[in-house]
Amino acid sequence: MLRIEDLHASVAETPILKGVQLSIGPGEVHAIMGPNGSGKSTLSKVLAGDESYTVESGRVDFEGQNLFEMPPEERARAGLFLGFQYPVEIPGVNNSYFLKAALNAARAARGEPEIDPVSFLKRVRERAQWVGLDDSLLKRPVNAGFSGGEKKRNEIFHLAVLEPRLAILDETDSGLDIDALRAVADGVNRMRDPQRSFLLITHYQRLLSYIEPDYVHVMVRGQIVRSGGKELAAELERSGYAAFEDEEAA
Amino acid sequence: MAADKSDEALEGLAQRGYSAGFYTDIEQEFAPPGLDESTIRFISDKKREPAWMLEWRLEAYRNWLGMTAPQWQKVRFAPIDFQAISYYAAPKRGPASLDEVDPKLLETYAKLGIPLHEQKMLAGVQEQEPAPGTAAGETTKPRVAVDAVFDSVSVTTTFKEELARSGVIFCSISEALRDHPELVRRYIGTVVSRRDNFFAALNSAVFSDGSFVYIPEGVECPMELSTYFRINAGHTGQFERTLIIAERGSSVSYLEGCTAPQRDEHQLHAAVVELIAHEDARIKYSTVQNWYPGDEQGRGGVYNFVTKRGLCAGARSKISWTQVETGSAITWKYPSCVLQGDDSQGEFYSVAVTRGRQQADTGTKMIHIGRNTRSQILSKGVSADDADQTYRGLVKILPSAAGARNYSQCDSMLLSDRCGAHTFPYLDVRHPSAQLEHEATTSRISDEQIFYCKQRGISEEDAVSMIVNGFCKEVFQELPMEFAVEAQKLLEITLENSVG
Ligand SMILES: Nc1ncnc2c1ncn2[C@@H]1O[C@H](COP(=O)(O)OP(=O)(O)OP(=O)(O)O)[C@@H](O)[C@H]1O
Ligand SMILES: [Mg+2]
Repeated sequence: MLRIEDLHASVAETPILKGVQLSIGPGEVHAIMGPNGSGKSTLSKVLAGDESYTVESGRVDFEGQNLFEMPPEERARAGLFLGFQYPVEIPGVNNSYFLKAALNAARAARGEPEIDPVSFLKRVRERAQWVGLDDSLLKRPVNAGFSGGEKKRNEIFHLAVLEPRLAILDETDSGLDIDALRAVADGVNRMRDPQRSFLLITHYQRLLSYIEPDYVHVMVRGQIVRSGGKELAAELERSGYAAFEDEEAA
Repeated sequence: MAADKSDEALEGLAQRGYSAGFYTDIEQEFAPPGLDESTIRFISDKKREPAWMLEWRLEAYRNWLGMTAPQWQKVRFAPIDFQAISYYAAPKRGPASLDEVDPKLLETYAKLGIPLHEQKMLAGVQEQEPAPGTAAGETTKPRVAVDAVFDSVSVTTTFKEELARSGVIFCSISEALRDHPELVRRYIGTVVSRRDNFFAALNSAVFSDGSFVYIPEGVECPMELSTYFRINAGHTGQFERTLIIAERGSSVSYLEGCTAPQRDEHQLHAAVVELIAHEDARIKYSTVQNWYPGDEQGRGGVYNFVTKRGLCAGARSKISWTQVETGSAITWKYPSCVLQGDDSQGEFYSVAVTRGRQQADTGTKMIHIGRNTRSQILSKGVSADDADQTYRGLVKILPSAAGARNYSQCDSMLLSDRCGAHTFPYLDVRHPSAQLEHEATTSRISDEQIFYCKQRGISEEDAVSMIVNGFCKEVFQELPMEFAVEAQKLLEITLENSVG
């Protein structure tokens, strides 16, 4: 599904990612944890194709294609989804209209016709329910004036409607109340599929008790310094990152 | 004189998303360039006008000679040589009925998507199938009557007979001067006087054609009325004159559209539009202005200098202006409302889009005279490339206007670092009970917004068009439904490759 090899990337001339190695197979759920500023969001932005980040070296394969040869919208259409840590407000653009445009862009790229309005409406209603998104948010402009928690739910709602191959969720659990966290986790669990993979970026083990990861990785200073099973998350919760601060990439 | 042959070569100019830029090679008759009293006599004679009209024009001309072009607007252009312009151009084969219209003219309008045959189906409506339950060929869609003005003359007006059955007069102003001179004489120049401003005075002297609408008492006009202005000939000015009168308790919705060929000279379109709404009457006037804007270097394009004003003469009358301005090298217009009747209402909804080297100085004036008069202003300006745009609005509350209210909102969106947007709201309040609210915003489309859209699979171009359309939505909603779709498409074409 995704294979990251020795990835180095910088922002504003400052190196942030310093040799990231990571492979994600189909149907797998991976989690990345790590201290603030260690480069987790940078990794997600680089994978999604944000042009304010510069890829210095390394290679990323996504479903057999060189990711860095694809512009961001093509990556999205090929099934790469990023749930933003800070979702962006798009005033004036109706949320479900936006999703329809997104969905149809992906369909057009696959040579499929536009989705018919009835199926689209059905899908939107159903998926909004999956993630507990209030119907009124479908008609409002994308994220505009949404509360912090509503924005996060809306990201998962987009994920549920667009049905990507790989979903990177950057701190989707931050700022959610307990019920919202459960709703978001339920949404993700519903979307789990042998053909769909997840990369969860989180600070809290709580999310991982709802969405059980296959692998947990620890990122420190732009490198993945340790990888393990879900028990690694529990260990981090107990002892913090201090023990990893001195570790070099394995 | 035959049409300038070099015009054909201009058809080959880079298209830059302007699909109406073609030229129709048709035999035309011109007034020789230049302006003096004989030019005015020539025009009046061509139109077989009554003698008082000629006198009226000549007086306007004498006024104009003593006036100077306004300098206060925030636009830059070289002085216009009024002696280099031809003030009259008309297709040689003047039609008596549609069957006699030069096929080339029919073709021109067909190419522009304007129906000159009284077809049941409206141009611009996608659906080709009749709605279920209606007989083939019939439709539940509203129909639109069209007055087609080609350079200086109206070539045809559709649905005239059908409209006449409900007492509605819809014809060219030239025709109205012949068939309803008393009505024209009573109203022309009463809202925009012959000395109102430099360009209004010029227009009063040399106006060529435009539309005349009269809605009798209590009549709701049975269909949308529209006028389609086309500048075709080179080196000519177009001087549109439109007059709309809505008698007590009547209502009408009117729309005008405008296009011109691409040329590397500037052309002048100086219009005067007057609206009169009597007691309880409603006039909705919509414009989709798509004059040729000039090329990227600012060569060519139409100077659109327009005086549009509506008089809410009667109590509870309402005039509503909606404009979508995407064309012209320079746009200079302030559709206004004089709210004389008590409880009368004025509205102004505007989308102005400028790019390349386009300049627009546009807005409105709301003059509150009657008691409890209300006005609403909603202006949306979108600028890209090197374009400059100014909103200028005046809200004036006179001492007689107790209980007057105004709400104004002016939003600007900037799509490049080189374009500009300026807002000048003027307030002149002379009654303490007036309630006024003004809001203004300026926004840009951020890189984060574009990236967010791309991350969902939406291309940059689609993202921009979605965001700009969203920005303008409230104004589009004010357009008659059939035209809202057109306006949205026009906006998309206009803004192609406009970010950066
Ligand atoms: N535009 C920028 N200019 C300069 N530095 C930046 C920029 N964007 C990110 N950085 C820096 O890159 C480093 C990594 O940031 P990143 O957002 O990837 O961290 P993170 O692991 O996601 O942290 P958090 O857990 O707080 O979300 C930080 O030190 C941050 O300040
Ligand atoms: Mg982060």
